[in-house]
Amino acid sequence: MNFTALFLSRLQFAFTISFHIIFPSFSIGIAAWLAVLEGRYLWTRQSVYRRLFEFWIKIFGIAFGMGVVSGVVMAFQFGTNWSRLAASAGPIQGPLLAYESFTAFALEASFFGILIFGRARVSPSLYFFSTLMVALGTTFSAFWIMVNNSWMQSPVGYALRDGLYVPVDWSAIIFSPVVWVRFPHTLLAAYLTGAVSVAATGAWYRLRGHFAEEAAVMLRMGLVLGAILLPAQILFGHLNGDYVHEKQPAKFAAIEARWEDEQPAAEVIIALPDQEHERNRFELKVPVLGSLVATGTPNSKEIGLKSFPRSDRPPVGVPFFAFRVMTGCGLVMLAVSWLGSFLIFRHRLTSRLFLRLIFLSFPLPFIATLTGWFTAEVGRQPWTIYGVLRTADAVTPHLAADAALSSLAFFTVLYATIFGFGALFIYRRLRAGPTPPGSIQTANPMRPLALGGAVTESTVEPAR
Amino acid sequence: MILFWVAVLGSSLLLYVLLDGFDLGVGILFAFTHDERYRNRMLAAISPVWDGNETWLVLAGTVLFGAFPKVYAAALSALYLPVLVGVGALILRGVAFEFRESATSSRGLWNAAFSGGSVVAAFIQGAAVGGLVQGLPLVDGQYVGGTFGWLSPFSVFCGISLCLGYALLGASWLVVKCEGEVRARAYRALPWLIVAVVICLTVIFLLSLANHLPIMHRWEQEKVLWLFPAIGVVALGGLLVGIGRRFDSLPIVTSMIIVTAMFAVFLISFWPYMIPFQITIQEAASPPESLRFMFWGAGLFAFPLTLAYTAVSYRAFSGKILDSGGYP
Repeated sequence: MNFTALFLSRLQFAFTISFHIIFPSFSIGIAAWLAVLEGRYLWTRQSVYRRLFEFWIKIFGIAFGMGVVSGVVMAFQFGTNWSRLAASAGPIQGPLLAYESFTAFALEASFFGILIFGRARVSPSLYFFSTLMVALGTTFSAFWIMVNNSWMQSPVGYALRDGLYVPVDWSAIIFSPVVWVRFPHTLLAAYLTGAVSVAATGAWYRLRGHFAEEAAVMLRMGLVLGAILLPAQILFGHLNGDYVHEKQPAKFAAIEARWEDEQPAAEVIIALPDQEHERNRFELKVPVLGSLVATGTPNSKEIGLKSFPRSDRPPVGVPFFAFRVMTGCGLVMLAVSWLGSFLIFRHRLTSRLFLRLIFLSFPLPFIATLTGWFTAEVGRQPWTIYGVLRTADAVTPHLAADAALSSLAFFTVLYATIFGFGALFIYRRLRAGPTPPGSIQTANPMRPLALGGAVTESTVEPAR
Repeated sequence: MILFWVAVLGSSLLLYVLLDGFDLGVGILFAFTHDERYRNRMLAAISPVWDGNETWLVLAGTVLFGAFPKVYAAALSALYLPVLVGVGALILRGVAFEFRESATSSRGLWNAAFSGGSVVAAFIQGAAVGGLVQGLPLVDGQYVGGTFGWLSPFSVFCGISLCLGYALLGASWLVVKCEGEVRARAYRALPWLIVAVVICLTVIFLLSLANHLPIMHRWEQEKVLWLFPAIGVVALGGLLVGIGRRFDSLPIVTSMIIVTAMFAVFLISFWPYMIPFQITIQEAASPPESLRFMFWGAGLFAFPLTLAYTAVSYRAFSGKILDSGGYP
C-alpha cells in the first residue's frame, strides 16, 4: 500500500464525520419540526398535529440515537489521528467540545426524557417547553461545533505560547463574524433537511393514497417552510462566500476554478479542472460574471490560483464540483418548494408527476449538506487551522499507515452495517405511517435507539 | 482550578468504570447464558441505564481534551488501535442491544455482537490502562512506540483482569435486579469471580512491584493512605457476607466500593503523573484561560446537572425487574 497515514487519517476523518453529520443535521430539523407541531396542536387543538407529533418523535429517536453513537468516535479521533493538533490547539478546541458534550447530554437527554415519558405526567405547557428545550439543545450542540470549526477556518482570539494556541479572548472566538454566518447557514440547512423530509413523506403518502389528512399537513408545512427558508439560506450562502472571498482567497479561487488573476473576472460555470497543468478543460465561462459574484461590481480584480505557491493551494476538483452540486440542489429545492407552495395555495397540487418530484427530492438536502461541508473542509486544505497549522503537521507523527488502514477498514464495515439497519428501521417506520394517539410508548430517554426497535416490533408488523 | 478539573475528570472516569462496568459485565456474563428467557431478563436489568453510563466516557474524553490536551493527544495516539477498536466495540454492542429486539432471523448475530462487543470493550480498556502504566515511550510529548507498543503480557493480563472485574460488578447487579434463576446463577458465579479477581489483583500488585518501584515510596511515607486498600478489604468481607446471607443489595454496593478503592489506590500510586513518570497534572493542564472558561459553564452548572440527572434516572428505574422483563 502506498497510502500514507496522513492520507488515510484524512479519509477516515472525512468518512466518520460525513456519516455522523447526516444524523444531527436531520435531527436538529426534526426537533424544530416537533416543537412547531406541538405548538400548533396547543393552539388549534386539531388532533392531526398530535398524531404527526407522535409519529415523528419516533423517527427523531432513531436519528438522534444514530447521531449519538457516531458522535462518540469524534470525541476521540482528534487524539488518535490528530495528536499534534490536539496537543497544541486543545486549549481552544477542547473546551468547546466539552461544552458541546455537556450541553448536548444535559439539555437534550433530560428533556427528551420528558418528551417520551411525560405526556401524561406533566402539564401541556411544560411538555411544550420540553420540546422547545430539546430543539434548543440540538441547536446548542450545532453552535459549539460551528464555533470550533469556524475557529479552524479563521483563527482569532488566540496567542501562540510555548507551542500552544492559548485562548486570550473567548468572546472574539465565540462572536467571530465567521461563526455568525456559518452557524445560521448550518442551522438553516438542518431546518431545510427537516422541511424537505417532511414534505417528501407527505408526497409519498398522497401518492400511495394513505393518511390523507396527515399528508396534506406535511405537504403544506414542509413546502411552505422550505419556500420561506430557501431564500434566507441562499442569502447566508452568499454571506459565506463573502467571508471565504475575504479570508480564504485560495479556497475561493479553487471553488471558481480560476487559475489566472483576472480583471474583470469571468465565472466558470462548468469545467474539468486540471490541477497538474493549471488549467481547465471543457470550460464554459461567462465574462464579467465572476467579478459580479465576488464583489457585486463589474470590474473587480479577482485572484487566481497561480498567485499562490503550489504548496498553499487546495485541491481544486472537490471544492469546485461539491460547490456546484450544493448550489444545484439548493436551486432545485427552491423551485420545488415555490412551485409546490403556489399550487397548494391554489388548491391544485394534484399532479402525480409533481408529487413524485417532491418525494424524490428527499435526498437533496442531505446531499447539499454533505457537499457544502466538502467545499468548506477540502477547500481549507492544505491547512487544518487556516494559515497557521498545516494538515501535514497536525497528524499524529508516528502513526503507522497499516494501523490507520485497519481502523479505516474497521469503521467502514461497522458503519455500513449500522447505517444499513438504521436506515431500514427509519424506512419501515415511515412506511408504516402515523398511528392514532392513545397508547404512549414507554421507552428510555437515555436510549433513544430503543424507541425505533420497540416501534418496529409492536406497530409495524400489524400495519403491513 | 487544575485540581477542580482533575476531580471532574477523576469522578467521570470512576463513574464510567462503576456504571458501564456493571453493564459491560452483564454483557460478558451474557456469553455464558444460552437460555433466551434468562438473556432477556439480563438485558432488561441494564436496558434503562446502559447508554447513560456510556455518556460518562464521552464526557471524560472531552474534559480530558479541554483540560489536559497533552495527555489526550499522547495517550490516545499511543493507544491508537485499542481506543478506536474499543469505541467501535462499544458502538457495535450498543446497536446490537437495540437491533436484537427488532431482528427476527438475525437475532443470533446480534446476540453474538452484544456479548462479543462487551468482552472486547472491557478487555481493551484494561489492556490500555496496563499499557499506560508500564510506560509509553514519548519524545516531545508525542508517542514513538509503534502500533503495538502498548501490547505486552502485562497489558494482556490487565485486560483479562478488567473483564473479570466487570463480570463481578455485572453479577452483583444481576443479584439485586433479578429474581429466580437469573439471581441464583449470579450468586453461584460470584464466589468464582471473587477468587479470580483476587488472584488477578495479587499478580498485578506483584508485577507492579517488580516493574515500578518508584510508586512504593509514597506508600511507605504516608501510612494513612493504607486506608484505601483497607476499605477494599473490608468491602470484600462485606461482599462475602452478602453472598453467604443472600442479602441482595449488599454485593453491588460492596463490589463498587472495592472497585472505587482500587481506583483510588491506582491514582495515589501514580500521583501527580497522568502518564506515569512522564507527564504530570501540572504539565498537562490547559492554560488558565481555558480552564476558567470551562469552569463557569460546564464545571459549575452542566456537570452537577448531569450528575443529578443520572441520579434521577437511576431512581426512576429502581427495584427488581418483573419476570416479564418489565419494570414495576
